[in-house]
Amino acid sequence: MTVSGVLGKYGLRFAALGYLTVLLMVPVGMIFYRAFENGVGGAWDSVTTPDALHSFYLTLVMVAIAVPANTIFGVGCALLLVRTDFRGKALLNALIDIPFAVSPVVIGLSLILVYGSGGWFGGWLIQHGVQIIFAVPGMVLATIFVSLPFVVREVVPVLHEIGDEQEQAARTLGANGWQTFRRVTLPAIRWGVTYGVVLSTARALGEFGAVAVVSGHISGETETAPLYVWHEFQNFNTAGAYAASLVLALLALVTLFAMNISKRKESNA
Amino acid sequence: MSALSGTRAEAPPRAAFWPRLGGATLGRGLVTAYLSLIVLIPLAALTVQSTEGGMGTFWTAITNSEAIAALKLTLIASLIVVAINAVMGTTIAWVLVRDSFPGKGVVNSLIDLPFALPTIVAGITLLALYGPKSPVGIDVAYTRIAVIMALLFVTLPFVVRAVQPTLLVLDREMEEAAASLGAKPLTVFRRIVLPSLSPAILAGVALAFARSIGEFGSLVLLSGNIPFKTEVASVFIFGQIETGTTESAAAVSVLLLAIALVMLLLIGLVSRWSLRHDR
Repeated sequence: MTVSGVLGKYGLRFAALGYLTVLLMVPVGMIFYRAFENGVGGAWDSVTTPDALHSFYLTLVMVAIAVPANTIFGVGCALLLVRTDFRGKALLNALIDIPFAVSPVVIGLSLILVYGSGGWFGGWLIQHGVQIIFAVPGMVLATIFVSLPFVVREVVPVLHEIGDEQEQAARTLGANGWQTFRRVTLPAIRWGVTYGVVLSTARALGEFGAVAVVSGHISGETETAPLYVWHEFQNFNTAGAYAASLVLALLALVTLFAMNISKRKESNA
Repeated sequence: MSALSGTRAEAPPRAAFWPRLGGATLGRGLVTAYLSLIVLIPLAALTVQSTEGGMGTFWTAITNSEAIAALKLTLIASLIVVAINAVMGTTIAWVLVRDSFPGKGVVNSLIDLPFALPTIVAGITLLALYGPKSPVGIDVAYTRIAVIMALLFVTLPFVVRAVQPTLLVLDREMEEAAASLGAKPLTVFRRIVLPSLSPAILAGVALAFARSIGEFGSLVLLSGNIPFKTEVASVFIFGQIETGTTESAAAVSVLLLAIALVMLLLIGLVSRWSLRHDR
């Protein structure tokens, strides 16, 4: 290798790693530093206040409803897109991606315009005692909206890749639709589904904008963990904000770990 | 592989699962209903609301000077961000594929961190390091540089993850041939590598752009949301919603949505184009 080649190699490595260090690694490291500025005890006290605990609980509720709903939808939708033919399939395929193109704030606003008190269905729903906007159901809808495409997008390519020979063989041998799905299709797509679930979970855990718009941010009632972080920061309780951020960052690292495992398994499968 | 695709072409893909469970029709109905209730009807309501008072009101809303300033900042910042992403994302992908150094696996996994980290945490993180109480003495909080920084953080993975797989399967013989014929490394990159990578770079750039123009969570604390200075479109819309001016919020939202959809359409065209020109 020539001198300029060596220089180029180390120059590029330095540029790439330097950029990542300044933009990504040092900032994320800072959360740990800031969270423990007042000692471990201080951080622990900040994340165990009733409001903080309730916000974590609510975030888990979001994940527990949105992720299974989108997983069932995602697998079903992927099967429709790959294994059946119908008019409007291309359109459906394009519509699935819309949530990726919409600003979270716009998502929140659209939901208000349908399910809010002056919205298309909102008036009728409120008359019948169902409050969606500025309450937990609206936050769940917002979370489902933002995390909707992940499972579909991960499962579609896997279904294409495995083909349908094995499924047809199972059916020839007398398996019904459900048995074929459970015994043949699902095992083949499981890592694709897992990767989609992990991505959906990450998004559902951290969604801020869409949920902020529809929540009405009432502390201890309609505040998820990211909203709690925002609220505490604005109220100059930076220690509380950093401690809650740390919990979310740790969850992100766990998610990242799960992402890497499922991606590796997916490419090996 | 050709034999497989041949048989698949003869026998049209049949549903193994849906028909037996009550018909693909039922499945289609459920999928459509879910998508409609959560995504399509709300977006339709948004579009209707934006023109509720006629096109005049829509026009007034999007030509409001604060809205224009916000949209301008959003678009310019996003363009700067995707340009930096195109260069740095490709560099990072290159280093991760072609170079080897201790800890490469960890660095590779960390690339996805901005996707996993809640956006509000991303904002707080950057504020902790580059804000008023910065331990390194750099304070860019509440400036346009902070807007660009936050956008760079949240869009980091798009170009890297788009370019990496293409780079992995790239045939190196052409590069070696060019080098042996006396081409300098930069020439090899520009004439041989870049043409093969450009569809992937463009796809990553388009995704990063769509994400940038809608970004909210990472900016809300870091940018300070100063009208005419650091207020981006999504923050402007948020303010309008909070003050109850939903018509104007809806109008700016529709414009933002249209820009993002055009971007997604372009991704589709680019990927189709690159598929056709593959091999």
